[in-house]
Amino acid sequence: MQSPGALEISRRDLLAASAATVTVASAHSLGHAQTKATTAPQSTKVTFTVNGEGRELQLDNRTTLLDALREHLHLTGTKKGCDHGQCGACTVLIDGRRVNACLTLAVMHEGDSITTLEGLGQPENLHPMQAAFVKHDGFQCGYCTPGQICSSVAMLEEIKANIPSHVTVDLTAPAEITPAEIRERMSGNICRCGAYSNIVEAITEVAGRKA
Amino acid sequence: MRFDTPAATNPIDQGKVIGKPIPRIDGPLKTTGKAIYAYEWHDPNTRYAYGYIVGSAIAKGRIRSMDVAAARTAPGVIAVVTSDGVGELKKGKYNTAKLFGGTEIQHYHQAIAVVVAETFEEARAAAALVKVDYAEEKGAFDLTAAKDSAIEPEGGGDSGAGDFDAAFEAAPVKLDQVYTTPDQSHAMMEPHASIAAWNGDDLTVWTSSQMIDWWRTDLATTLGIDKDKVHLMSPFIGGGFGVKLFLRADAVLAALAAREAKRPVKVALPRPFLMNNTTHRPATIQRIRIGAGRDGKITAIAHESWSGDLPGGGPEVAVQQTRLLYAGANRMTAMRLATLDLPEGNAMRAPGEAPGMMALEIAIDEMAERLGLDPVEFRIINDTQVDPENPERPFSHRNLVGCLRTGAERFGWQERSKQPGARREGNWLIGMGVAAAFRNNLVLNSGARVRLDREGVVTVETDMTDIGTGSYTIIAQTAAEMLGVPIEKVAVSLGDSRFPVSSGSGGQFGGNCSTAGVYAACAKLREAVAQKLGFNRTDDLVFADGEVRSGDRRMPLAQAAGDEGLVAEDLIEFGDLTKTHQQSTFGAHFVEVAVDVATGETRIRRMLAVCAAGRILNPITARSQVIGAMTMGVGGALTEELVVDKKRGFFVNHDLAAYEVPVHADIPHQEVVFLDETDPMSSPMKAKGIAELGICGVAAAVANAIYNATGIRVREYPITLDKLIEELPEIS
Repeated sequence: MQSPGALEISRRDLLAASAATVTVASAHSLGHAQTKATTAPQSTKVTFTVNGEGRELQLDNRTTLLDALREHLHLTGTKKGCDHGQCGACTVLIDGRRVNACLTLAVMHEGDSITTLEGLGQPENLHPMQAAFVKHDGFQCGYCTPGQICSSVAMLEEIKANIPSHVTVDLTAPAEITPAEIRERMSGNICRCGAYSNIVEAITEVAGRKA
Repeated sequence: MRFDTPAATNPIDQGKVIGKPIPRIDGPLKTTGKAIYAYEWHDPNTRYAYGYIVGSAIAKGRIRSMDVAAARTAPGVIAVVTSDGVGELKKGKYNTAKLFGGTEIQHYHQAIAVVVAETFEEARAAAALVKVDYAEEKGAFDLTAAKDSAIEPEGGGDSGAGDFDAAFEAAPVKLDQVYTTPDQSHAMMEPHASIAAWNGDDLTVWTSSQMIDWWRTDLATTLGIDKDKVHLMSPFIGGGFGVKLFLRADAVLAALAAREAKRPVKVALPRPFLMNNTTHRPATIQRIRIGAGRDGKITAIAHESWSGDLPGGGPEVAVQQTRLLYAGANRMTAMRLATLDLPEGNAMRAPGEAPGMMALEIAIDEMAERLGLDPVEFRIINDTQVDPENPERPFSHRNLVGCLRTGAERFGWQERSKQPGARREGNWLIGMGVAAAFRNNLVLNSGARVRLDREGVVTVETDMTDIGTGSYTIIAQTAAEMLGVPIEKVAVSLGDSRFPVSSGSGGQFGGNCSTAGVYAACAKLREAVAQKLGFNRTDDLVFADGEVRSGDRRMPLAQAAGDEGLVAEDLIEFGDLTKTHQQSTFGAHFVEVAVDVATGETRIRRMLAVCAAGRILNPITARSQVIGAMTMGVGGALTEELVVDKKRGFFVNHDLAAYEVPVHADIPHQEVVFLDETDPMSSPMKAKGIAELGICGVAAAVANAIYNATGIRVREYPITLDKLIEELPEIS
């Protein structure tokens, strides 16, 4: 990992950097590697569909799908909560499957079909899940909400497709939509306002309506 | 409008809109991605630049030099602003640690530079090229080690009545225990973020702030400019819990970077900066002593708390509730503050009471057991209707007993086994716990402006914020009730420094105070309407169904607006009713847990909160506040702890993977009951706070349930498996 330039730092500095923060230390050497490469960052043209609309972008290769959506397409419904795949606020649907948009680079999605919260419904034309979140007050500050809603829509499909979870008791029987299954499968979406109890009720209502 | 006598009957009492379960009016925006948060403001004609923060890699010391040559020449870089480059900046009134400026390092991850580039990716990469030469100094990072050096905080704070020592000595039943609570992080979902744009000397900042005017004032102070030149906007806030009360580095860095780059600049603090760059709830060591007669009456109660902070900071006021919650003629409380070089400690949801109740309500459970009393009954025996330190000062309204009795009945408390560790279902040990909830009701002056147009549309403007609390909705309900229009006819604009200064959001004062400010402005508008429509009498005026009525005469409200519209502005100013009467909010938490006999894993099976907190303005949003607080309380009980690296002086687990907040799988269905009451001493709304009451006592109720399940008493939060596993029974 260490580039030649980084060896110049004293043992004291090295200790400070390595003990204090892995982020700084590793990014440091990454930076050195970059300066030795070409001056301009590499960029790539990528074409994908977002909410049914074809989009073409010329992007720095380091651009995450999340930043492509938010900073380049200005679809800010998808939220950046941690940028590290730890909170789920950036959950979008890629070809129907839920994905943390911060953990995947935009250029990896050539030809993919991406659905964000904006693609599910609009204020005057709410998706059933959006309407159920409003009805059950499945949010407070609203920042994790796009991820919760996208995640829950895909999650119900996963149960329908009989994909088991950690709490599925009988792997030979069809997967069921129970509160325990919903809670387990939604645990990648953190809500610090603590609306979980209401979110489960919203999802349960939508699941019941579908069944 | 001055509020210095108890509220009489007023239009809010009609309860046509206020008190109704109206879904959030901002719900459709928040569920469709149309609510715009700080970092998301976008003008297609503006080329925004991206700022990326560089934080200190040491906890205490000085910057000898910074080498930014590589960063400056990195691809896309527009500017590099360093703290040694800008020199000393004035510190805002509300901050303990400096946000930026100078060469002194006060804590780990303190901002020392911001790198501005054309794109986020370029700024981030270039920020990693900044090289810093530090002169590191030894710091104090361990509260336990620093405890003996702790001193009485500025302004004192020791309190007492009677003769505690003598009464405790003489008490036939006694408890003397020490409890600890760890440093905790707010961990709100939206990271701190700001966009700053200069137009000559005028600065516009889109940010994420709970308190618009505090931020505006402190940003002007920090930058050394006139407050009039600063325009702040924060209409949607992705959670705060106290960490967005005071100006933060993102706003300062964005403003300085935008000035240097001569372009609008966006800065968001990366998630791993939250724990060490901003504030946290400080750890405490608390000693509680209780003495009681065999009849269960407390005769002596003492609560002492030790916490630490940076020089100039304050203590965690963890003894606050013990001054007021239970009777007892002989009492004392004391706080001692140690100097620690950790990041700044400051307010997090229910500062004082949240960690204080974590300790006190275990102590009460322990004491009840020693007395052979049911913990619900022990609390009821020691209820007080007056301030125990000052018995001639009554509570404005206090129904703790009702909360405990209602909760016990609803929860099936009689099913609880009196013997700990006696109930088992397979591998699960089952237990129930109870704790009182208590949080003071604070009041802050709050202003609002109300407009009426010829269509009969009412627009409310105030710099109040909605951090998820439901401000938009309860403010719309208030205006609708006061002016007799349906809620669909009310528009609410919040979080803009051009609007009248409000209470802001914090200390659970925002709901009551901001709606009281809107009440005041609406009362003024009602007068203007009456005058405009030529009503001579005002004492019998009724505003209902879009009309104004007096006797047989009725006029459409909209007619008063005319073509120009009508506008009224006012401020609710609180007198000394909080001095003459103790105003607090009350509740009872009931929890059932299951503890795995083999692993010590605790699962929460059932939760109930019963709250007595004045008028409930909207049972949907109020309930959400309470279940959210209960959830955070579960985190405090079981998982949340900022782990201190005592050698290098920083919080190690500084992200959402390692700082464990509750997730879906941790939280069962939650029940909340509001007792039907009003408190005319609190405001014309007769409401009190609810948002913080919900967290107070939850962790102790969990701890007491774990004790009831296992017979293991843990006094050091969080109650992780390692603290249980040694003493769990043999697996049969």
